[in-house]
Amino acid sequence: MAIIKADKLGVSVAKGPSLMTGAVPKNDWWDVPATFKPGNYAYPAKKEIIEYHTQKTFPSHPGLFGQPRDWDPESDDWNLPEGWEKIILNGLKERLDKFRSLKIFMDCCVRCGACADKCHFFLGTGDPKNMPVLRAELLRSVYRNDFTLGGKILGKMAGGRPMTFGVLKEWFMYYYQCTECRRCSVFCPYGIDTAEITMLGRELLHLVGVNINWIMEPAANSNRTGNHMGLQPHTFKDNIVYLCDDIEEITGIRVEPTFNRKGAEVLFITPSADVFAEPGIYTAMGYLLLFHHIGLDYTWSTYASEGGNFGLFTNNEMMKKLNGKMYAEAKRLGVKWILGGECGHMWRVLHQYMDTMNGPADFLQVPTSPITGTRFDNAASTKMVHISEFTADLIKHGKLKLDPKRNDHRIATYHDSCNPARAMGLLEEPRYVLKNVCNNFHEMPENTIRESTFCCGSGTGLNTDEIMELRMRAGLPRANAVKYVREKHEVNMLSCVCAIDRATLTSLNNYWNPDVEVCGVSELVGNALVMEGEKERETGLRFEPLAGMEG
Amino acid sequence: MRILNPFIAVLALIAVGLVAAQVPGGQALMGIVLPYLAFALFLGGFAYRVMQWAKSPVPFRIPTTCGQANSLPWIKQNKIDCPSTKLGVIARMILEVFLFRSLFRNTKAEMHEGPKLVYGSSKFLWLFALLFHYCFLVIVLRHMRLFIDPVPGFVAALEFGDGFLQIGAPVFYQTDAIFLGAIAFLFLRRVMLSNIRYISLPADYFPLFLIFGIAVTGILMRYVFRADVVAIKQLTHGLTTFAPAIAAGQISPIFFIHVFLVCALLIYFPFSKLMHMAGVFMSPTRNMINNSRMVRHINPWNDPNIKPHSYAGYEDEFREFMKEGGIPVEKE
Repeated sequence: MAIIKADKLGVSVAKGPSLMTGAVPKNDWWDVPATFKPGNYAYPAKKEIIEYHTQKTFPSHPGLFGQPRDWDPESDDWNLPEGWEKIILNGLKERLDKFRSLKIFMDCCVRCGACADKCHFFLGTGDPKNMPVLRAELLRSVYRNDFTLGGKILGKMAGGRPMTFGVLKEWFMYYYQCTECRRCSVFCPYGIDTAEITMLGRELLHLVGVNINWIMEPAANSNRTGNHMGLQPHTFKDNIVYLCDDIEEITGIRVEPTFNRKGAEVLFITPSADVFAEPGIYTAMGYLLLFHHIGLDYTWSTYASEGGNFGLFTNNEMMKKLNGKMYAEAKRLGVKWILGGECGHMWRVLHQYMDTMNGPADFLQVPTSPITGTRFDNAASTKMVHISEFTADLIKHGKLKLDPKRNDHRIATYHDSCNPARAMGLLEEPRYVLKNVCNNFHEMPENTIRESTFCCGSGTGLNTDEIMELRMRAGLPRANAVKYVREKHEVNMLSCVCAIDRATLTSLNNYWNPDVEVCGVSELVGNALVMEGEKERETGLRFEPLAGMEG
Repeated sequence: MRILNPFIAVLALIAVGLVAAQVPGGQALMGIVLPYLAFALFLGGFAYRVMQWAKSPVPFRIPTTCGQANSLPWIKQNKIDCPSTKLGVIARMILEVFLFRSLFRNTKAEMHEGPKLVYGSSKFLWLFALLFHYCFLVIVLRHMRLFIDPVPGFVAALEFGDGFLQIGAPVFYQTDAIFLGAIAFLFLRRVMLSNIRYISLPADYFPLFLIFGIAVTGILMRYVFRADVVAIKQLTHGLTTFAPAIAAGQISPIFFIHVFLVCALLIYFPFSKLMHMAGVFMSPTRNMINNSRMVRHINPWNDPNIKPHSYAGYEDEFREFMKEGGIPVEKE
């Protein structure tokens, strides 16, 4: 999808008529229909992908993904199943009974509007229905109509709306213009979490076969091959071996990772993008160097080769199913505990869902760093440790030989990924690591970091090219904060601990801040690590010349 | 229409109250029957709603973490905004319930040319929301003098403090003025801020108008129409001692309008967004401990039949590739 130039979009964002720029729509929001046109929606899942899910992933749960079919969001006929309204309402009833969060969030909103300008999608598009309060009202209005006394009696007067095709269209549009980043929930006086609304909204859409390919195909790949890229075991391994070749060329050191090895102490799982796509591969090179440096007894797995979980963007059944591989593989290989790489939503699943869904992991031991002896009691039950926690502990105990000057060609800032920040509380560990591996580090403005961090704008399965303009709009608040430190401190590297970020922030910076690159924190660790027996390093892990080594 | 309809509804309630106060038997209905009924509906409805919420489980531990988590011992945890203990959650909830902690974080985003986003501090909503709720609380507590005999010490103290300026007779209460001001702010904010106006529903204006009506009738009764306090007290004491009686014709109609509006509010409460009063205590993103990696949280409907695509199935599909690639397999 071609996209207009950044300067033009910039003018449109700042001056075009939108609720952000003060233009109030003439019609009430329930009278403004959702209209799909090229560029404002992600493509629906291919029929064969949904066939795969109904036949292979969830034969046990008929109807979870509706009927496999071809459909076109721009058409007025989505080939919805007979009685689809009833399916949705029954699905809503079931979820109200299963999730207290949903009930409370449906009932408690006072529409104070504190959330309105906290959403990156609203800030970038000015579309009223991207205010978290209205995104929730899209569902809440149906809830009121069919599940509350006031709505049943007073209907529209009480803010109720019957479930219609028009409402369904709104759901499809706006539950796929939310990245479940939870920023609004920080500011809501009742903690209403739009991520929860969007997750359940998407679950309901799935019941009638309304979905997007960019989520469903990676989910199918994850189920079958173990990773969302669909890398088969030998390819997965080959990719990592290529990275080892590059490491050897840069450092003179040969690292020898193992795969599916029984009896290793630690199972390492990271998003598959780290072994496949730039700039994630440099992060993976950082991991490989680190583990070699400390002599960690660990293994990769080709079966559990995906840290990310596209089920989180689908429904809780899929999330559980895809996540299940981690413990299954840890058990099969007989490892003691699991180490997790840099990824945002992966860590939401690991921290807040995994143990509940697929635990108890009583076949594992409380993670203990074999190098420092530190016991990670904060992971005592789940038995999975974040790479930043692990690395910070190593540095604190002086177990890493680091030369931060090797990152002197980088002036770094740090992007808190939504989920580690707001669904985990991982804020200081990566910063501690960064400050020890590079000499130039500057924070972005305080309203844009830590618990107030802004999403990359393309999370939850939205980093697909056909909605590029939307993504660039939604990512604007983040890009704007990067621009600020670029101008003030000449920042040229945006570091993060998220694989989706590494992909999406790269597109975002190419668009809004072309001279700022993106990296994982572990890449900078890899650059700084002084390996035993290494040759003098002239380049960093992306073969870029180090400071003082140019030309 | 979103504003006008609820306004008319409140005016209609006032008219009903006014008329009913003057028809034979109306005063007993409005002063005795209705208050009992409204109070019962309020308590029953409130409890029903809370039980309905409680009936649904909390399947996952989903606190919104707003600070550094409990991690390595040398990393300073934010024990309140990211609590890892019950005590931390209690502190978080106290700050949330009594000081509106989350609202205090509020910022205002502005889009400038460039495009450039600027975030300013924006504490007015927090301030006026706090004033509104605390004044409401003080006013309700002050009213306890009408229901409890002898008047409890804290009520007398509250009254004294509230009237410490000693203006006029009867003494003017600051909370009355601040309360009206806060309601006016909350209303004007809804009307004047374009995005808030756009999201506001009749259900947002109605309680504002209703509470404003209650406040104004109360103030008029005290300072302007000077309703007969002795007769009113007789009635209200009668209500609490379950021996209600009305001294015929002694109480001004304004009192009955006031009471009618209060009853309307009590009845409306459990069916409305006003239930946020109870909901704030039960919000899973705020009242849960961030310890999900330390202690396993149980989901009562966790489906044990959902199992991952098995390793055996995976190896069966890719065994030859794995062997060629030197990856260990279970079955040769």
